[in-house]
Amino acid sequence: MLTFAAVLFATGVYGVLARRNAVLVLMSIELMLNAVNINLVAFSQHLQQITGQVFALFVIAVAAAEVGIGLAIVILIYRNRETINVDEVNLLKW
Amino acid sequence: MVAAILLQGEEAAEHAAAAPNWFVEHAWIIVLIPVVSAALTLFLGKRTPGRGSVYGIVGVGVSFVLSLGVLWQFVQHGGGTYESGVDWFQIGELHVGAGQLVDGLTAVMLIVVTSISLCVHVYSLGYMHGDQRFTWFYVVLSLFTAAMLDVVIASDLFQLLLGWEIMGVCSYLLIGHWWEEHVNSSSAIKAFITTRVGDVPFMFGIFALVFATGFETSNIVEVGEALGSPEVSKGLVAAAALLLFGGTIGKSAQFPLHVWLPDAMAGPTPVSALIHAATMVAAGVYLVGRLFAVFVTADPWVLTFVAVIAGITAFGAATMAFVQNDIKRVLAYSTISQLAYMVAGLSMGPAGVTAAYFHLFTHAFFKALLFLGSGSVIHTVHSNDMSDMGGLRRPMPVTFWTFLIGSLALAGIPPLAGFWSKDELLVVANAEGHDLLFVVLLITAGMTAFYMARTMMLTFLGAYRGHGHPHESPATITGPLVALAGVTLFIGLLGSPQLGAPFGQWVFFEHAHEAEFVVWVALASTTLALLAIAAGVMVYRREGAVERDPMLRMGALTTLLVNKYYMDDFYFKGIIRPVRDKLSAAVYWSNQTILDGAVNGAAGLTKVFAKVVNGFDRKVIDGAVDGVGNLAGFTGGLLRYIQSGNVQRYAAFLFTGVVVLAIIFTRI
Repeated sequence: MLTFAAVLFATGVYGVLARRNAVLVLMSIELMLNAVNINLVAFSQHLQQITGQVFALFVIAVAAAEVGIGLAIVILIYRNRETINVDEVNLLKW
Repeated sequence: MVAAILLQGEEAAEHAAAAPNWFVEHAWIIVLIPVVSAALTLFLGKRTPGRGSVYGIVGVGVSFVLSLGVLWQFVQHGGGTYESGVDWFQIGELHVGAGQLVDGLTAVMLIVVTSISLCVHVYSLGYMHGDQRFTWFYVVLSLFTAAMLDVVIASDLFQLLLGWEIMGVCSYLLIGHWWEEHVNSSSAIKAFITTRVGDVPFMFGIFALVFATGFETSNIVEVGEALGSPEVSKGLVAAAALLLFGGTIGKSAQFPLHVWLPDAMAGPTPVSALIHAATMVAAGVYLVGRLFAVFVTADPWVLTFVAVIAGITAFGAATMAFVQNDIKRVLAYSTISQLAYMVAGLSMGPAGVTAAYFHLFTHAFFKALLFLGSGSVIHTVHSNDMSDMGGLRRPMPVTFWTFLIGSLALAGIPPLAGFWSKDELLVVANAEGHDLLFVVLLITAGMTAFYMARTMMLTFLGAYRGHGHPHESPATITGPLVALAGVTLFIGLLGSPQLGAPFGQWVFFEHAHEAEFVVWVALASTTLALLAIAAGVMVYRREGAVERDPMLRMGALTTLLVNKYYMDDFYFKGIIRPVRDKLSAAVYWSNQTILDGAVNGAAGLTKVFAKVVNGFDRKVIDGAVDGVGNLAGFTGGLLRYIQSGNVQRYAAFLFTGVVVLAIIFTRI
């Protein structure tokens, strides 16, 4: 179970670092969060404590808000620059 | 500055007591008035009708009236000493005051100074008429009067010194009043520097006195009291007395510093009358009497020294008066000689004080009279030289008669002023056993009578030898002459033993002085004077005696006297020239070589050091500062490339960092 979560997390990290499409980056972040959720639930089951599951629920709620804001930013970027390629969104630099 | 000090005195006096003593309590006003009039003349004089003379005349006139008031109240209260004052400044524990010390001596001196100053102020109206610096002349005249009054009234040694020095400056300014002629300005410088030689010891004498009291006080009365205590060392008091007497030698033109007074005759004649006959030169004598406690406390040899100086001066100056052709120089040497009389009186101890001051008192009047009379003659003849005069009796009757009264007074013919005072001195000298001094003074009296007879004959009798037609001087000149002649006729009676000698009740040291009348002394001096006058008249009545003056035909003796015993030459060759040529050259050399060398060396050293410091500053300090800045800039330049703006690269760094930290923390 933990192995599955680790694989999922690693896939998310790869997606965040390697994908050019901003929407896919956001989805990769979602993957990582869910990997964490799986871990939380797994430890909750293992340790017989409800806290982990409650915390997972919180993470899902925060993730929903995060995706909402993230997608809104992506839409605004698209409107302004006609692209959602993160490599081209590099105004804030030296 | 005097004004400022006295204004402080004003406040203090407001709080002083009771009205009955008004004149005595407010004696300081007498000093203040001439200061104000000097200031008024200076600032408003040129815009005032009469070119500012009115301020001085009115001011000194008011001072004179107040002085009479002071003497009147003083006599009414039967004498005593009235002292008041305020703090002037403070040095450590020493409070230096400024105030007034009124006793008989002060009261009498106030009269002398203000009355003669008034005469001279009026006289100058005529004598200085049309002078280009007329207003300035009156300014200095008033300032001088104020300074002399300050000396007279001073209750503190430093206050006295202040007036003393201002007098010196005024004397210098007035001698050099006609400075366009080189001889006048050099006479002024000579007078100033010669008196200064005496003033420096005087100043140290004051310091010695203050030191002797343990820096407790510089008040004249308190100093006198402090010297009575056994703790004060005798040697110190003797030293102080000698140093103070140095001031007297300078100011009162005693041997060996008498050389300035004859040359001071270069000044206008009213100045000679006021400063160099009646008042300033008397300040030296006044000083000795004012601080007589010092001289009495000191060992007896100090007074013996004073007596020796006085004897030499009295006799030597009288001899030099024989050969003078300048009428004012005759009077100048006579002044020196008469001042020595006063100093001689002081050297006889407490008993001589009254006699000395009485002589000062009478001498001031008749010598001022003589000088003003000679001024009247000079004003008419336009020459100081008696060989240009003669026969002035008829055209100038007022001048002649007043001058005659003055001459007879100086010669000591009764009942004129000089007789009583000179006789009193001789009586005291005889009674106190100063036999040698007695003889010297008696001979000097005879010599005085002779040279005054010579002066009278050469000036007023015989035939006129000058140019133009002499005429009597205007009323502003003859008025003061008549006034002074009147005073000279009767003032001597104040010290006449037959009339109880009230002067001795006013002016004395410790005990009131009873004047004595010793018949043989009076007879001897009068006979000698009459004989000398007769001899003088006989010699100068002969035909051709004027052209071939026997006084100038005594061979080596005349040469010696005309050259003033070679004292001027000695000073010039022995002191001035070595100082001027050798010492000043040496000083110049040391200044150029040693001092300038040191200064330049120090400057050079500083420059080198500054260069080193400059280099250090630029290279090391600035280098360090710039280096820090440059390093920051350089590293910043390297690091800025990390700031790529690529979010994914940031995220990569983030993860790398997390991984690294995770590894580190698991290891730990």
